[in-house]
Amino acid sequence: MQQSVEFRGRSREALGNEQIRSNFRQAMDGLMSKRKASFPDQDELRRLRLRAAEIRANALLKLPELLERLEQRCHENGIQVHWAESTAEANAIVLGIMQRHDARLLIKGKSMVSEEMELNHYLEAHGIECLESDLGEYILQLAGEPPSHIVAPAIHKSRQQIAQLFRQKFPDIPYSEDVDTLTRSARTILRRKFNQAPVGLSGVNFAVAETGTICLVENEGNGRMCTTVPPVHIAVTGIEKVVEHLADIPPLLSLLPRSATGQHITTYFNMISSPRKPGERDGPQEVHLVLLDNGRSRIYQDQELIQTLRCIRCGACMNHCPVYARIGGHAYGTTIPGPIGSILEPQKAGLDRLGDLPTASTLCGACAEVCPVKIPIPDLLNRLRFERVRSDGDNLTPGQGSQRHGWEPTVWRAWSWLHAHPLVYRLGTRIASRLRWLQPRRLGNWSRVRSTPRVASRTLHELAAKNGFNDE
Amino acid sequence: MSPSDRYPERPQRVYFFGTCLIDLLYPEAGLAGMQLIRREGVEVLYPRDQTCCGQPAWNSGYRDEARSVAMRQIGCFPQPYPIVVPSGSCAGMMRHQYPRLFQGSPEQETALAFAARIFELTEFLVHVLKIDLQDLGAPVEVALHVSCAARRELQVADEHRVLLQQLEGVTLLEQQRAEECCGFGGTFAVKHPEISAAMVEEKCNAVVATGATRLVSGDCGCLMNINGHAQHRNEALQGQHIASFLWERTNAAER
Ligand code: SF4
Repeated sequence: MQQSVEFRGRSREALGNEQIRSNFRQAMDGLMSKRKASFPDQDELRRLRLRAAEIRANALLKLPELLERLEQRCHENGIQVHWAESTAEANAIVLGIMQRHDARLLIKGKSMVSEEMELNHYLEAHGIECLESDLGEYILQLAGEPPSHIVAPAIHKSRQQIAQLFRQKFPDIPYSEDVDTLTRSARTILRRKFNQAPVGLSGVNFAVAETGTICLVENEGNGRMCTTVPPVHIAVTGIEKVVEHLADIPPLLSLLPRSATGQHITTYFNMISSPRKPGERDGPQEVHLVLLDNGRSRIYQDQELIQTLRCIRCGACMNHCPVYARIGGHAYGTTIPGPIGSILEPQKAGLDRLGDLPTASTLCGACAEVCPVKIPIPDLLNRLRFERVRSDGDNLTPGQGSQRHGWEPTVWRAWSWLHAHPLVYRLGTRIASRLRWLQPRRLGNWSRVRSTPRVASRTLHELAAKNGFNDE
Repeated sequence: MSPSDRYPERPQRVYFFGTCLIDLLYPEAGLAGMQLIRREGVEVLYPRDQTCCGQPAWNSGYRDEARSVAMRQIGCFPQPYPIVVPSGSCAGMMRHQYPRLFQGSPEQETALAFAARIFELTEFLVHVLKIDLQDLGAPVEVALHVSCAARRELQVADEHRVLLQQLEGVTLLEQQRAEECCGFGGTFAVKHPEISAAMVEEKCNAVVATGATRLVSGDCGCLMNINGHAQHRNEALQGQHIASFLWERTNAAER
């Protein structure tokens, strides 16, 4: 997880990069129209979102209990469960499993939690090779870049850029900009590795407490390969991914791919409930489930902010975000970018480090409008804007009050005083309208791309009185 | 909620909350809004002690500061009349955010009752007054920008259209990505000027591409942004609040 306080610098850089801007704009336009086309029935969508939100809210309400049940069921099914409070603990658990099997190669399916853990770096420092098998992630691994989107990690790259990258990394393969040819090349390279890797790693979309089932949604089949071909499978997940019942899965599954890419179903949906049983001819001999906290149980304690944890990582909020569409995912500098990242990541890493992110929104509400589990993202952004400058705190959100400095608090106090004293306000606005010729011609950054609004010659207070609109 | 549950019968009297932006920069829009209502035979009261809904402080995280301003506004409208607001953004603040702002405070109940009386101007004209406009103006082509608060928080985008469609001489031209935010976002435009600039530039491009010379919106914040950028670029586009536009086209004395 590359993190830095330099959001502004990076977003400025991204805005100046025509290629990035047009790549994102085109991709987001496409994803938005696909999503829209996949929900022709607005009533159905409304019902499904209500149901999905209810399922996720219920699961979070009972989180401790459901996690225990999940552990119990997994245990009964023969899945080994590991608890990790921090990413360091989670990394150590994965390393431990690798070492026990003397494994030098890990083949990975797509997992945002492994990005959060910076697992690849960690394992490579311990002499273990990690290979991403999701096409987008594989491209990024070749390019040495982090994902810029949670569903389509390499979306910031154009087809031409990917073709160039392949030429550079694999000079023997004939140059092609054709998507199918590129995919075929990657597949040939990856196939060999699947057969060699002693351990496969995957993420988790849902973990069912009732049955101890790990659910994995994917399109490329690499997830199925990672979880069935190597003799050992490790699934890593945040503790919030649990749901109570198996029957909770269909409504969530009916929303997730449609919200994400406009697909009604994904090409693959894997439900993993145990390692290979005696007499079975395939599947891994060992299955591990690593449950990562990393700040989530703290978020869980706040009645409002807990809604952050409902997320099913469909990416719709970023696809519809006008800010994300302009600056792309890297500008955020966090594992999860976009609107959900702007509420989730500062709660994990602290508002002292990521205090800018909650301000990086116009609160236009496009995200909340499409979120399949109805997370009120603008309300939570507003809440975190409060947390970042509040003067008293409950010490629940890290970095509380850290952005309260400089002139800002004084300016708001003065503003508040003025607007709470109608007489002073009326006098002030009246004077401003009389002295409007003194008004500055430019207003800082505002006027760099806009004309400066002119104070009117009479205030509405005056016009109202003059036209017979009065108090009682 | 169906409109009939949400909207009251036509009242004899309403309050008007003009908003601070209109008060200082676009007073003609506020006046036009009041005149439109008065012409329908409803008395309009404009309490003098009103200032600002408190949204700037609320969205900047300064909740105590927002609360004391909001409390003063609530005090300005003591009678149970509906309160009409010529801005989706400010109406959204008073209708949907006041309950959050006062949650758990002694004023909670008062704030809830107050919020239920808030109506954005276009929804009030359409659903409560059931206004029927007679267009007196020359044919004109306009583009419409519905603010994000009007569109999503209050869900009154259709009401804007309905009003414009009542005007015979007005052709509404559709723009690309009409639902996308113009990039104003209050303090956002100041805190993240480059992102805001990129957004308003594209919004302005989309509006100009329609060929319309008039841009109508129910929110002065968006107008200040889009129109300001258009002026900066020397575009022929002219922005106008929907209240001013409706009044200008339907009031004989203005012709
Ligand atoms: S916040 Fe909602 S829209 Fe965004 S990724 Fe999560 S589930 Fe999807």
